Amino acid sequence: MKQFTYERAQSPADAAASAARMQGTRFIGGGTNLLDLMKLQIETPSHLIDVNDLGFDKIEPTPEGGLRIGASVRNTALAADERVRRDYGVLTRAIVAGASGQIRNMATTAGNLLQRTRCPYFYDTNMPCNKRRPGSGCSAIGGFTRHHAIVGQSEACIATHPSDMAVAMRALDATVETVRPDGSTRTIPIADFHRLPGNTPHIDHNLEPGELITAVTLPKPVGGMQIYRKVRDRSSYAFALVSVAAIVQRDGSGRVALGGVAHKPWRVEDADRAMAQGAKAVADALVGNARTTEHNAFKVPLVGRTLASVLAEAKG
Amino acid sequence: MKFDKPATENPIDHLKVVGRATDRIDGPLKTTGTAPYAYDRNDVIANPAVGYIVGAAIGKGRISSIDTSAAKAAPGVIAVVTYQNAGKLAKGNFNTALLVGGPEIQHYHQAIAVVVAETFEQARDAASLVHVQYTRGEGKFDLERFKDSAPPYRKDVFGSAAASQVGDFEGAFAKAPVQLDATYRTAHESHMMMEPHATIAAWQGDQLTVWTSNQMVNWAVGDLAKTLGIPKEKVHVMSPYIGGGFGGKLFLRADVVMAALAARAAGRPVKVQLQRALLPNNTTHRTATIQHIRIGAGKDGKITAIAHDSVSGDLPGGNPETCAMQTRKLYAGEHRMTAHRLAALDLPEANAMRAPGEAPGMAALEIAIDELAEKVGMDPVELRIVNDTQFVPDNPAKPPSNDPQSKKPEGKEKHNPHPPFSQRHFVECLRTGAQKFGWEKRNARPAQVRDGRWLVGMGVAAAFRDNLLTKSAARVRIDQHGIVTVETDMTDIGTGSYTIIAQTAAEVMGVPLEKVVVRLGDSTFPVSCGSGGQWGGNNSTAGVYAACMKLREALAKNGGMVDKPLVAEDLIEYGDLDKQYQQSTFGAHFVEVGVDAATGETRVRRMLAVCACGRILNPKTARSQVIGAMTMGVGAALMEELAVDTRHGYFVNHDLAMYEVPVHADIPHQEVIFLDEVDPISSPMKAKGVAELGICGVAAAVANAIYNATGVRVRSYPITLDKLLDRLPFAT
Amino acid sequence: MSDFNPKRRRLLQAGAAASAAAAAPFVPSEAEATMAQTSKASSTPAVNVRLRVNGTEHTIMLDPRTTLLDAVRERLHLTGPKKGCDQGQCGACTMIVDGRRIASCLTLAVMQEGHDITTIEGLGTPKNLHPMQAAFVKHDGYQCGFCTPGQICAAVAMLDEVKAGVPSHVTADITRAPEMSNAEFRERMSGNICRCGAYSNIQEAIAEVAGVTRT
Repeated sequence: MKQFTYERAQSPADAAASAARMQGTRFIGGGTNLLDLMKLQIETPSHLIDVNDLGFDKIEPTPEGGLRIGASVRNTALAADERVRRDYGVLTRAIVAGASGQIRNMATTAGNLLQRTRCPYFYDTNMPCNKRRPGSGCSAIGGFTRHHAIVGQSEACIATHPSDMAVAMRALDATVETVRPDGSTRTIPIADFHRLPGNTPHIDHNLEPGELITAVTLPKPVGGMQIYRKVRDRSSYAFALVSVAAIVQRDGSGRVALGGVAHKPWRVEDADRAMAQGAKAVADALVGNARTTEHNAFKVPLVGRTLASVLAEAKG
Repeated sequence: MKFDKPATENPIDHLKVVGRATDRIDGPLKTTGTAPYAYDRNDVIANPAVGYIVGAAIGKGRISSIDTSAAKAAPGVIAVVTYQNAGKLAKGNFNTALLVGGPEIQHYHQAIAVVVAETFEQARDAASLVHVQYTRGEGKFDLERFKDSAPPYRKDVFGSAAASQVGDFEGAFAKAPVQLDATYRTAHESHMMMEPHATIAAWQGDQLTVWTSNQMVNWAVGDLAKTLGIPKEKVHVMSPYIGGGFGGKLFLRADVVMAALAARAAGRPVKVQLQRALLPNNTTHRTATIQHIRIGAGKDGKITAIAHDSVSGDLPGGNPETCAMQTRKLYAGEHRMTAHRLAALDLPEANAMRAPGEAPGMAALEIAIDELAEKVGMDPVELRIVNDTQFVPDNPAKPPSNDPQSKKPEGKEKHNPHPPFSQRHFVECLRTGAQKFGWEKRNARPAQVRDGRWLVGMGVAAAFRDNLLTKSAARVRIDQHGIVTVETDMTDIGTGSYTIIAQTAAEVMGVPLEKVVVRLGDSTFPVSCGSGGQWGGNNSTAGVYAACMKLREALAKNGGMVDKPLVAEDLIEYGDLDKQYQQSTFGAHFVEVGVDAATGETRVRRMLAVCACGRILNPKTARSQVIGAMTMGVGAALMEELAVDTRHGYFVNHDLAMYEVPVHADIPHQEVIFLDEVDPISSPMKAKGVAELGICGVAAAVANAIYNATGVRVRSYPITLDKLLDRLPFAT
Repeated sequence: MSDFNPKRRRLLQAGAAASAAAAAPFVPSEAEATMAQTSKASSTPAVNVRLRVNGTEHTIMLDPRTTLLDAVRERLHLTGPKKGCDQGQCGACTMIVDGRRIASCLTLAVMQEGHDITTIEGLGTPKNLHPMQAAFVKHDGYQCGFCTPGQICAAVAMLDEVKAGVPSHVTADITRAPEMSNAEFRERMSGNICRCGAYSNIQEAIAEVAGVTRT
């Protein structure tokens, strides 16, 4: 871990001002991913702005009938919120399928979205990695790729996004609210928040430098049967091989997003449209054009089978 | 005390303290966080400097240049030690690879530098400033490539020939009405004990003291002295609490050497804890194996021919994983063959992990037996029973040794090709287990039982592991207050040594358990057997028994009075009872699994182990040993695999996030039954090993249960869902 | 430094300037910050941190990089919490902060000012065990003992989470309060790895404390 200075900001304006003034700043909320990466010098901020005192710890109803989740609401608190459990079950289910009780007590809503890949080559600083060191090459390609992407990947990077929560938020059409260093605010649909690797895999998301997430907003509840199915080798405390977030309405329509298959939560409009035609059609739309390796080819049939199981469950 | 005749009645038989389910005497310390592990020793060293290890970034090759100037100039840095300034270092007797690499790099994450600073934060930061240039070498990293070409291992293994042959296997196999011919694969596994290797080292003049975490204190003393080139007498090793070992702390490792070198360079005590992410590549691991098993049997299920050929890999000069050893002893059969072949690989050092040999060996053999039972059309419990034997079918003579380490003079013992087992209650284990587990409810046809999403199946496997005898010493003192103090360099790696040693001393000296103080893990104490190979419990308590019997004599000579502290020291040493009789431990594992019909995820639902392994000195701690081993067996069966990057030559998933070991949610309530067995051939304690028996066969029981649940036979561990998926009955 | 107010905006700076930094909100120029970073002094920029651990206040000068785990172990010499991985992957470092269990290796000590921190040492002592500690002894819910402090801290806080109605991955109906059950305990304890494999016994211990019969 490189040396850094530390500041606990007291207002969003404070945080933004510091971020604008100083080079190499990072915001820190729970710290569960950032500190881990700082220990390995994968992240080397020279200044940390603690954003836990900004009043972003509330979950409030929106005028549109949705929910506005403060950026620093802990994963546990979000999963346990009565309104979320009642109206956005897929989100609670996704959160409690992730990490451990300890980590969920620390990790924040914004931090969860911003967590970086768990690709073992990204984590091992001896190995070339375009995400860690742009232009150095991708060690995962041709290496051990059991956990890697099967869709949306590039010649520069085949990493996956590790979040469960973000997959549910993708299915729920959440929007991310931010404040920029100049004080201006904007909202980013979650679909546009995370990026595919392309030839800039070092950029995970579309935030600008110093831009701070203030909240994530969920639209009005859409009802339906909400299911999150996470498939993994061990029963708990493991990253997904594949996960499915599904919202299925009585008439068979609905939406579905996948985790564990791409550099971002994976949702395809055609797949949603194919819901009534059954799992195979949905799977084809989602991963029909998958490019796989010897180690992760299983994810294609696994997606199909998991979707079939989830849709069968939704029918009851 | 020489133990060369079967034990007769002795003070242990009173069983007033020994044999009772007793809470651990170290329990209050361990549960309150006050047991002092190596990295916790603020009580002995007030303000040590902190060392941070740098691991090699390549799998094989050379350091072409190393620049430590930036690291040395970093804030708080006291010293940087590399091969260039470490002085001459030798290789320990028990090490295959050097613990300090450079300029030659033998494996990934081989320790090449230690950066010493005032604080951990400074040392870690400065470690990133050690700039190293490498010249990559060509390495061999893929065992699969050497499946057919790996040469037979020529040296002996555990005092026995590496290969054996009885009768005419090929002929008998060819004629057998039922034949099984299959190849099984087990994965590279990491010990991943919860406490990473850690050491505090301090020099006083030329005297070196280390507080460390090591299973075999006396081996550590010898190899530390040898590595540093100093007399053994100048080395003091203490290891009173050990946060798990499983074989990964049998040997001197880089943390100790680097801490000692760092302390010398810094001129003050230094503490070092190996980073978790270095552990799988820097330390030892259990190697992957490829095992070819052929079994011929009659229609009655009786084995007529059995062959087991095991290939594994290790660094040049290393050892094979001895997977075929149990196949010589477990089942009857006239014609047989075993062989071990060893490929020289450049992966990190392979070495012992909980039940070396048997754990992966039984994982393969016991699937093979399940497959044979199906071919014969016989219940797998019954098939095992009809192939029981009370004599060792294949006990090859030890070849003339060319091993300079060999301690025993040769040719003195008469070789018995078919020694009887001292005790063998294998059939009883199977029958008891089948009854308790409800085995009769198992549907022999696979893929017939469904519970909602889950395909449900049951599996069985034998458990088998030898009982090993090795000398062990202890010193016992009694004072005027009746306090009995036991001192031995024995270790407690979670096994319960503190408690069973206290029970032994209390029993023999006739004092309550509360009056016994046990001090372990200090090289100034008499040399014990140490902890490994499931030999610790029986041998260390036998050594304590010997010392206590001597103290009783001293007491008697003193008229039964303790008017002054009385001390006695003795050791247990063994005659040739282990040559006259085969001493082994037996068991049966029963497992029920559910396999998600859609995703292929396997979850263990029920587990039972029945063990026959001599006298159980403390049923509470012995049970814990078995459930722990069962848990590790589930890991081997379902998830544990160090993935090799065959381009770079290293284990890629080298942390606890990517190398998955079982968590709470993976493990159901576990049942353990110990059969009432007492083995007077083993030692005065009449006990045998138990800690490794518990893992042997578990993986196969899980695999066989998966087969029963799904009809999919997987012969390659771990049995992850991708190996089942395309053959599962559920259709999308 | 005693007027250190965690609610006040502040910037914690180099050791040499620590008193100045604490005296008033202080923003260094770019150049000053750079100087501090490249100092060849043997000390690293330190900050003053007030930690409340097991009910006792401690004020210590710390390298800001110090995790809560390392501050408690290396500076307060409370070595019950263990460094099993330093990556949030094992649970051996579990502490209870404001009633909630956390991985103390993944937070900075400086971030924990103003919070109530409980370590295993704050639950009980060898002569006066907490009921969970006593249950671990009774059920042999440990072997090597290294993960044990984390397991016990996690178990104590975990039962409070169930009582508070926090759902888990195995909660059948997330709109209702979760059950006190072994299945819930197993899932919720899965962030605490025990390589010795004492899980079955740990569950017996937790079930006893929770008043749950094994299922």
